[in-house]
Order: sequence, then structure tokens, then C-alpha cells
Amino acid sequence: MKISMQLNGELRDVEVDPRDILLDVLREKLGIKSPKIGCEKGDCGACTILMNGKTVRSCLILAVEADGQEIVTVEGIGRQGMTPLQKAFVQHNSFQCGFCAPGMTLSATELLSRIPHPTHEQIREALAGNLCRCTGYTPIVDAVYEASRKNGKRTTGKRKI
Amino acid sequence: MAITHEFEYLRPATLGKALKALAKYGRKAKVLAGGTDLVGLLNDEILQPDAVIDIKAIEELRALEFKNGKLQIGALTTFSELLESDEVRRKFPVIAEMAGWVASLGIRNRATMAGNICSAVPCCDSGPILLLYDALIHAKSRDEKRKIPIAQWFAGPRKTVLKNKEIVTGLSMPEWDIPHAACFVKLRRYEGEDLAQASVAVLVDKANNYRIAYGSVGPKPFRGAAVEALLTGKPLNEALLKKAVELARLEIQPITDIRSTKEYRSHMTGVMLERGLRAAVSRLAGKGPAYGASLI
Repeated sequence: MKISMQLNGELRDVEVDPRDILLDVLREKLGIKSPKIGCEKGDCGACTILMNGKTVRSCLILAVEADGQEIVTVEGIGRQGMTPLQKAFVQHNSFQCGFCAPGMTLSATELLSRIPHPTHEQIREALAGNLCRCTGYTPIVDAVYEASRKNGKRTTGKRKI
Repeated sequence: MAITHEFEYLRPATLGKALKALAKYGRKAKVLAGGTDLVGLLNDEILQPDAVIDIKAIEELRALEFKNGKLQIGALTTFSELLESDEVRRKFPVIAEMAGWVASLGIRNRATMAGNICSAVPCCDSGPILLLYDALIHAKSRDEKRKIPIAQWFAGPRKTVLKNKEIVTGLSMPEWDIPHAACFVKLRRYEGEDLAQASVAVLVDKANNYRIAYGSVGPKPFRGAAVEALLTGKPLNEALLKKAVELARLEIQPITDIRSTKEYRSHMTGVMLERGLRAAVSRLAGKGPAYGASLI
């Protein structure tokens, strides 16, 4: 069946089988390689994408469910050059192998859109579902924190409960 | 990895059409909401349905509102929506406390509370909280509409009393009419996302009514009847707490599995009950740890 989605700002049509997983369709049929195939169980966060502005696990979504939805990946957020968040990641050497980087980037992007000036704890909570096996999280959290402090004027984050 | 088993994908726009499809396929259909459980089971070929009925286009299942003294949670309400709802945070803060401990954000943005109880794994986080408030599960088929008390809902691990041709349209629960406080304590192997090794939910009100519910320490979430009977009508004190902890360890049936041993679950359930009771009593007095604070 044919589905169409708003992918990184462009309307894309694609032919899918109901059994196809969104992650596979993005990578194999639509040429979007930033979401990675990790655990395929929703645990590792490597396949994270933004769907209608919210992070979701593309390994746990059928491609047909994306019909009519808005999808953003790292390819989309970096279209006008690197964002301040991505620059901070580079400055902090946040990643080594890079496998978790797209998921981390999108989770942090969603966090900063929701809470422009998060605490360290809020950053850790937002990234808790993205596993990194290289750099031990500290340079990742530090980069998000630094990027958030350059985020225009200061507002308080929404309390957790 | 694609799913191997072929199925028909349906995305009905109305509840009527969804019920018609369910009536046609019966037990060979699976209902899809957030998919965080279902898609994994399809991938692993544990489930091989003829039809997958995606209910996300059915707007009436999306409601999350407080009306006539009751919280109404639609079948499509996600844990993120519960966590972010001002109404939930104000009137049922323990629901937000629980929602915040469910997996990680990328899962909470998609997973629904209705799906959580339909999966009915013994460690489901919603179960103990819904037991505290005597929640009702609203189920509908083409022939029938019924409200199932949560205490009768779970039939065993991954089993509920929902019939083949029924769909869960939502949940409801009344507001507790006496000033009260509650607490949800969840034991996990690490911060971030993990299933509960054990969980304890506690509610206490100004009239010294107590509600206790456990998760992950039996084949299904269940109320702590013995501990409730011990405590009800009495203000909490150290001697009572000690007795409650002993009694809790007798009324649970933990097993050893990949996430924990029976002994550890048993010991920690006592610890969590004690901390949960102290926190709930303290919250009731206007002090105590903020909702969402980790007690373990």
C-alpha cells in the first residue's frame, strides 16, 4: 500500500507492506540512514526519530502508521547547518563511535524545545532511554547543558510532577 | 527485521467500524494503539494475527478529562499525556508519579495506559495505581458495553477478562472524596528505563483509610488486603509499620526470574512498603517528598 508522510520538510510517498517496520522503510526505501538499527526492542534509543515533534522508537512502529504524519530525523534538523546543540556535541567530544548520536541528538532536541533551560537531572531523565557505550554520558549531558545556556532568555523548566 | 507473518492492516475512522472489524476477525485480530508492546510481539512472531486494527484515527478514544468527579482516560491516552496533564497532576498526582517511571520518554510518548493493562504483564506500572482508586475499564463490543472493575480485570500473566470481540475504550476512576495522599515506589535495576522488579502503591486518607497494591510480586497486580486490614482506622506508628512490613512479605507471591530473585523481591517489597507509607503519610501532612521523587 502507498503511504505519504512529511519527511524532513518534504512530502514523500512510498510503497510499503503492512509488515514493514518504519525504521527499515526510512533506511532502505527513503535513504534516511541516521536512525540506527540497534536492539529492535525499544530499549536502546538508536532508532529514535521525531514524529509530530515527539521522540518515538521507529523500530516499534509499523511504516503504515506513519501515513500522514510528520517525521524529522537528524538529516532534517541539520539542513541549515549544524544546530547549536550539534556544535556543542562536537566541542565536548560527546561521541566516539557515533551510533547513539542521532538518537541522542533528537532526544536532546525534543527536550530543549520543551524545556529550554533544563537542569542536569532533567537532561539525564530525557536521555535515559538512549544508550551510549563509548563516552559514558558525561560529555553528552555537559554539551546539552551548555547548548541550553545559549538558548536565549532564561525560563524555568516545567517541574516534573 | 521485518515481520514475517502476513496480516491485514486496518485503520478505522470510527469506533463502530473498529467494532465491526473486531466482530469479523474475533480472536484473529489484534488492536494497535501505541504499539510499544504489540509490534515487538509481532516481530518476535509470538503473535500472528490475521488483522491488526489501528485505533489511532478514532478521535473519541483520545479524551483525557475530569468530569462529574471522575477522571476519564481514553484508550489512546499516552503516559506522556498523563504526566503532562495539569488535571492529573493536581487531582491524581500519584498517576503522574507512576507515569514518570514508565520506561523512557520515547516509549512514554507512544505507550498508552489502556495498552499497558491490556498487555497485563505482572510488572505493569498502571495496575497497582488503578487498584488504589477502584478504576473501571470501559469495554465495548457490537452487542455489549460493560465496565469492568480493575480488581476483576487481570486473569493472570498476559491474560485479562476482555472478550475477543471487545475493545477497551477507556478507563475511569472517581476522585477520592476525603483528603488523601498516595505514593508509588518502583524497584528497578537501574535508573532510566527498566521494568519493575517489584512495585508498591500506597494511599492513605485523613480518616485513616489505607489502600495498598503490589506489582511484580504475583501473577498479576493485586491489593494488599491483609496490610489494609491491619492498618485501617489507625494512625501510622512505628510498631504498626513493623507489623505491616512483616505482613506484606507474607501476602505476596514473588518468583525468581531474569530481573530478580524471590528473596530480593520479598525483602524489598517490605522496604518499599515502609518507605511508601511514610511518604504518603508525610505528603498527607503537607510535607514529605515531592511526587516524582525517587524513594529507592
